[in-house]
Amino acid sequence: MADSLLKIAGGTIYDPANGVSGQVADLWVSGGRIVAPPTDPEVRPSRVIDASGLVVMPGGIDMHCHIAGPKVNIARKMRPEEKRRDEVIPRTTVTHSGTMGSVPSTFATGYKYAGLGYTTAFDAAIPPLAARHAHEEFDDTPCLDKGFYLLMGNNHYVMRSIQENEPQKLDTFIAWLLSSAKGFAPKLVNPGGVEVWKTRQGGNVHGLDDLVDYFEVTPRQIIAQVAQSAGRLNLPHPVHIHCNNLGMPGNWTTTLETMKALEGHRGHLTHIQFHSYGGGEGDENTFNSKVTELAEYVNTHENITIDVGQVLFGETTSMTGDGPLGYFLSNVYGGKWFSGDTEMESGCGITPIKYKNKSLVHGLQWAIGLEWYLQVEDPWRVVMSTDHPNGGSFLAYPQIVRFLMDRTYRQDVLKTCHPRIRDRSSLADLDREYTLEEIAIITRAGPARILGLKNKGHLGVGADADITIYTPHENKETMFELPRMVFKSGNLIVEQGEMREAPMGRTLHVQPNYDNELEKDIQEWFESYYSIRYRNYPVSESYMHEPEVVPSN
Amino acid sequence: MASATTPPETGELKIVKDATCTFCGCVCDDIDLSVQDNQIVKAQRACVLGKAWFLNHDIEDRPSCLIEGQPATLEEGYDRAAQILTGGRYPIIYGLSDSPCEAQRVAVGIADWIDGTIDTTTSVCHGPSGMAVQGVGEVTCTLGEVMNRGDLIMFWGSNPAESHPRHFTRYSLMPKGMFTPNGRKDRTCVIVDVRKTKSAKAADHFIQIKPRRDFEALWTLRALVNGVELEADEVGRQTGVELAVWQDLAERMKSCRFGVVFFGMGLTMTRGKHCNTEALLALTRDLNAHTRFVAKPNRGHGNVTGADNVVAWRTGYSFGVNHARGYPRFNPGEYTTSDVLARGEADSAMMIACDPMANFSEPARAHLRKIPYVALDAKETPTTRSAAVAFTVATYGINTGGTVYRLDDVPIPLRPAFPSPHPSDQEVLTQIERRVRAIKGIRGQ
Repeated sequence: MADSLLKIAGGTIYDPANGVSGQVADLWVSGGRIVAPPTDPEVRPSRVIDASGLVVMPGGIDMHCHIAGPKVNIARKMRPEEKRRDEVIPRTTVTHSGTMGSVPSTFATGYKYAGLGYTTAFDAAIPPLAARHAHEEFDDTPCLDKGFYLLMGNNHYVMRSIQENEPQKLDTFIAWLLSSAKGFAPKLVNPGGVEVWKTRQGGNVHGLDDLVDYFEVTPRQIIAQVAQSAGRLNLPHPVHIHCNNLGMPGNWTTTLETMKALEGHRGHLTHIQFHSYGGGEGDENTFNSKVTELAEYVNTHENITIDVGQVLFGETTSMTGDGPLGYFLSNVYGGKWFSGDTEMESGCGITPIKYKNKSLVHGLQWAIGLEWYLQVEDPWRVVMSTDHPNGGSFLAYPQIVRFLMDRTYRQDVLKTCHPRIRDRSSLADLDREYTLEEIAIITRAGPARILGLKNKGHLGVGADADITIYTPHENKETMFELPRMVFKSGNLIVEQGEMREAPMGRTLHVQPNYDNELEKDIQEWFESYYSIRYRNYPVSESYMHEPEVVPSN
Repeated sequence: MASATTPPETGELKIVKDATCTFCGCVCDDIDLSVQDNQIVKAQRACVLGKAWFLNHDIEDRPSCLIEGQPATLEEGYDRAAQILTGGRYPIIYGLSDSPCEAQRVAVGIADWIDGTIDTTTSVCHGPSGMAVQGVGEVTCTLGEVMNRGDLIMFWGSNPAESHPRHFTRYSLMPKGMFTPNGRKDRTCVIVDVRKTKSAKAADHFIQIKPRRDFEALWTLRALVNGVELEADEVGRQTGVELAVWQDLAERMKSCRFGVVFFGMGLTMTRGKHCNTEALLALTRDLNAHTRFVAKPNRGHGNVTGADNVVAWRTGYSFGVNHARGYPRFNPGEYTTSDVLARGEADSAMMIACDPMANFSEPARAHLRKIPYVALDAKETPTTRSAAVAFTVATYGINTGGTVYRLDDVPIPLRPAFPSPHPSDQEVLTQIERRVRAIKGIRGQ
């Protein structure tokens, strides 16, 4: 209803991007967007929502989760055991049925995100060869605007362009790939390491200056060159980095070196919790937190943004584009293991995992995540994530809000964990508590800015009318787990946990220009080394319910 | 009566480049079709099966819809189909492996709205492989990785020379890849089977095991790879092959650079079923302590892999899914179609691009004959002949577009050659779904 006019009246608004922090005001919505209040007093809204006493925020944005594509779907297929004993999602007259477990089915994913007041989500690791698959799943994932990052950190063409010092070829390839796959951003996962994993038993790189077999480039070169290329292409979210050495004791130096390798270019380091460990390699007894050291670097370098990858205690599924990591974890936990090596070069590792609060390592991982939220001074550069489902489900976000806003609760949970965590992390000494405004930043305004989404994460005129209304409560987990109302593009989709409607949402992607002459070189490469035809690779917009090109910066 | 009007003949020759063949799981997408007057006259690069698929394709000269064997309008057919599917207490929807994903998605949606069971032909081919993955996982790769890296290529209980004729030349044995610049010369091929198939002559080493002893053979290899000593007589007696042969193979597997074992229904549908596949997947996993080694099922139907994916992303399980309680439950044997029918449980059905009347057990066929069901197929089959409502649909990949998944889960688009006067299965299913939703009062998408 393009001509309908909705008024959300008298809510307490948190809109940090526009400097609004807890002021009572009205919001006006028409045509799926926030509009200016009518100047003509005769104009009456077609619907009024009384939001007095309620907290109003933009819809939440999850900038790093795994919700679509081959990796996620294999995890669904591989883990029937956790679905049978979990909550069921029954069919209603407006919604499909579904299953939960750590990897919910597509419809269930959309409904559950919406139920938390989240209206946008980005899948963080799509193999280029499976871009079409990810779009098909997106088209069955309602209530959310969606996009994905494309795995490029082990791509042969990328590495060859760097090896041969051909930055124009690198630019062309990244632009061609993002445009053809309808992706949103370049993603580097264990750059170089996944290629080595494919070439020899237990293979990996272990530092930024290790040489990748055959291509003779280093992770440092891959990170620096892709970041620079993304800068030249003016991508809204230049490069999303899963560092080398994830999960390994002592990996914090690799993380620090990765930050330095960006050489001042914009870069986002993801699930940084998994990359902030001190201690000797393989020696659990020396495992400790190095957040303080790394946060200091982040605090003084504005080109760097992070999301946390918070660990929560309980059972989940580890899934990663980091093939050697999947092998490592499957050996640690001894459970079933999926590994998938894919041409257009990416990897995949999946294994069930259980985080226990009595485990020193797991407890430290939990504490390290919280340390990150509490030690990065600028909330605009740290984003809430669990790396769903790796650290835990996105359904844990309300609990994380409570950890951040309630230091007593945080300390109470810390007391239930392994006692040595207090000596090995600074969590016990951190008494910072987040404000509602800061929560609004790390869950919506901040990720929107980091992603370059000008119409999201705020409630100014012209913004997408993705709005969440919460009932204030002393217990912030209670407040955030059951929004009073959720609007997607101006439509009321959830009311106090009940789905009202389930629109499909948009697909957000970029369409950078590239050199058509240099594309011929990509085509030649593609047809020499890959098993599908070049012409059959690009994904057409027909796969998307409602495509939206996010412009370059 | 549904009109099936063939487009006029113009004599014009049209070339469709990079068309996709959906005959088998290889889903070759490099076929150049020459099309003249709604007939494919040439299918360049297609194999013997692909040529038969493309060149023998005619528009069926029969009504698009038959109700109880009598010609009817499509509208009448859609109405009646929706009544059948919503009128029963135990509806079951089956098939899907020769439909594009776009149609499969609608079919799963219908099953959800009618609290029905959705199952695919996976349950009678590689269902046990899916169950094995649930047990131990899977170490695998795409066919391009095989082409670029694979130096030991094995086939177990699979006969691609007859079932996937371009497998050797396009993907697994002959092609030159980045780390296999000399193609076949850089690879060793080992084939294990219970009989000397046509594929055997492609092998450097052919190992013929006793029938029904795949599990024992795989477990022998697992033991050897893990350094367990075995009694030679016992191994020979159990597997029909001397221990020394297995020792040689185990060493080859451990010492190759990137090993690949493709497996087929010789493994999944013989004694041991999912235990056989589990043994093979566990062996593959073990080998990764020595080198890189992967396994891959050689899936048969053109889009059976897509069916697994679509059913899994929508319900959480890849086949044998029951919605009777209003949400998905999975139990092979309980909710798989051949079993449900053989026990006489379903009271209505929809068969999509499959032919259970030709290949299910007699008790299952006898029960299916008794219940009202809807059938969609491009050709007349025993299943369409006994259907209450039979739709003649356009053929995917020849007359209609869409998406199919190759046997290694790689999604590939279709390039139709010429239009059909018959509706696509997606169109038929969408129309039925619309009516089902109206009957059930569904407002959702």
